[in-house]
Amino acid sequence: MALQLDSILACAGDFELAADLTVPEADRVAVVGASGSGKSTLLDVIAGFRLPERGTVRWAGRDITRLPPGTRPVSILFQDTNLFPHLTIRQNLSLALNPATGRRRPGDAERIDAVLERVGLAGFGGRYLAEMSGGQQSRAALARVLIQARPVVLLDEPFAALGPALKDQMLDLVAEIAEAEGLTVLLVSHDPDDAKRFARTVIVIEAGQVTAPRDTAALFDNPPPGLRAYLGGG
Amino acid sequence: MAPRAVSIIAALSVIGLVIGPVTAVVLRAEAFSGFRPADWQAFRFTLVQATLSALLSVAFAVPLARALARRDFIGRGLLVALLGAPFILPVIVAVLGLLAVFGQTGVLNRALSPLGVPELQIYGLQGVLVAHVFFNLPLATRLILQGWLAIPAEQFRLAATLGMGRRAMWRCIEWPMLRRLVPGAFAVIFVICLSSFAVALTLGGGPRATTLELAIYQSMRFDFDLARAAVLGVVQIGLALSAGLIALRVTSVPVAAKGLDRHAPRWDTAGRMMVLVDAAWIVLAALFLLTPLAMVVLNGVAGLSDLGTSVWQSAGHSILVALGSTALCLLWALPLATRWGEWLGLSGIALSPLVLGIGLFLIVRPFANPFDLALYVTATVNAFVSLPFVLRILRPEAETIRAEYGRLRGALGLSGWAWLWWVFLPRLKRPLGFGAGLTAALSMGDLGVIALFADPDRATLPLKVYQLMGAYRMDQAAGAALLLLLLSLGMFWLFDRGGRVGPAA
Repeated sequence: MALQLDSILACAGDFELAADLTVPEADRVAVVGASGSGKSTLLDVIAGFRLPERGTVRWAGRDITRLPPGTRPVSILFQDTNLFPHLTIRQNLSLALNPATGRRRPGDAERIDAVLERVGLAGFGGRYLAEMSGGQQSRAALARVLIQARPVVLLDEPFAALGPALKDQMLDLVAEIAEAEGLTVLLVSHDPDDAKRFARTVIVIEAGQVTAPRDTAALFDNPPPGLRAYLGGG
Repeated sequence: MAPRAVSIIAALSVIGLVIGPVTAVVLRAEAFSGFRPADWQAFRFTLVQATLSALLSVAFAVPLARALARRDFIGRGLLVALLGAPFILPVIVAVLGLLAVFGQTGVLNRALSPLGVPELQIYGLQGVLVAHVFFNLPLATRLILQGWLAIPAEQFRLAATLGMGRRAMWRCIEWPMLRRLVPGAFAVIFVICLSSFAVALTLGGGPRATTLELAIYQSMRFDFDLARAAVLGVVQIGLALSAGLIALRVTSVPVAAKGLDRHAPRWDTAGRMMVLVDAAWIVLAALFLLTPLAMVVLNGVAGLSDLGTSVWQSAGHSILVALGSTALCLLWALPLATRWGEWLGLSGIALSPLVLGIGLFLIVRPFANPFDLALYVTATVNAFVSLPFVLRILRPEAETIRAEYGRLRGALGLSGWAWLWWVFLPRLKRPLGFGAGLTAALSMGDLGVIALFADPDRATLPLKVYQLMGAYRMDQAAGAALLLLLLSLGMFWLFDRGGRVGPAA
């Protein structure tokens, strides 16, 4: 099983993004590139928030290009607004489990408790976002992704607002969970250190051109000219 | 049912409510033989009173808004908040209050007659103007005050640094803002006063002080001349639509120029004379707006214990009509809280409630006795009239919710109902509560369509107060007016408060 982007062309105004790549199942991939290079556009195409002008998105060989975001085998963590602040964490997770009605079904409570424990938030189900620290909010957002139980997880700089130590903690937690659950994760980040810490492979986007994933260590040892310029190496 | 389908159904029902009655009125108007001199007089009076009301309201609002903008004093916040109160104040209550101050046996006449000052006459054009200024001075003041407060403090600091005098500051900073806002404020008040009915009914009347709306009412109620009512209705529609379109063109919202939102003292306003002038405007305006209300409370307390069954029955009718209007208005407003929905809702301002009432009367008449349906028709028309205000309140927050949570909704795959129940309604509850409170209070105090249809058994409380006034049972009228005031404010408070309980959305 793999995530495939075949001859994708996505346009946003004058901007064009071209992608042709395959991400193997259970890979952890960092997507790096300068601001405005198209990182978020790429994630939008995979998540279903943007229809490509041409090309197909496949998961396990199945064409998911035209599926609405909520029915794809993909969940996404945004930079912000990952949970509804007027609902408790438990209500948020319940809604993620039952998006048709939001009503809890038998067995849901146990699932929610298990996921909260997995992200280190046991006992926090009755809290609102405003009653939690930044790190706890990130963990709660991660719990929402986990309870959706989808094989592909997209992270669109969700931890950018955290301090370096907390961010590293969150990246380690995601990596650990992804490893255990066999999740395929794409992480967008501005910070090359995030990519080095988290990703096995890296996709570089330069002016709308998406490269195929390359081994992280090898890529940063010998960066291509575009990435070198982005990293400040001239 | 998909949310889009619900929006379309809501839009079609609003369009139907506009087109159906208007068509019925236009068709009926064909049988009309010609405009009578009294109709021309009503047409002229409508324009004259609307023009003068708007002119006076804006003329008084400019110095009052300026005084409020540049002075800080204890109770300023409360006074600014109270400027919103006349909007939800039942017209008949305000009229009773104004009569208690400016009427023949009012406070002013009693105070001035020993001094040999000729008696003030409230009935006629002057009474209509006083009432319209009472209702619209606060509106104009709030509109213009927003403009003043939107001028960045840095501009006044810069002016002080440049050593600009008072006139130069007025010319360079304040006048451009006023030039942009005042025409809009004038136009909005002009449009509101064009459809004046309850004020003209209670303080106007007679051939010299009859508005078109009042003429429509008289031809329906006294002459049962449906054709004449219909043609007056058509003229009223044309007038309101033209004025509404002009108002839309000239209305401009205050746009804050770039600044750092610093509060800076005004170096040009420190003189003793200027402080006195500002204080005088604020005190006079507060007296003008608060004394009538105080008189309603003072005069009403005694009559409250002896209201009689018919008043309580009318209060019950009013509560039912208000709750029905609120429910219907929210059912329309929720799916229409979009840009195009707000445009559609504007028809609620352009179309006169009496014209709508007559149209519905004509439609219903072949199938049922319209007088039996008075309360239903009133609730429907009140909901329609409140719709533009409720949409103005809901739309900004509704759009923010869609923009902020639309992607999360997509990512979760929430169904339309799950979105509505778990996200949209809870997050919208504050403006929803405010909008519901506004609709309930407006409907509670309405004295419009109900005056056309109701028989004594189906009177609402405002109509009951009017009937008691007509029968010179002033003590009972004052008590009923106080009850109406308490119910209107109470309904507003209950709904508004209801939108604020629970976790902050």
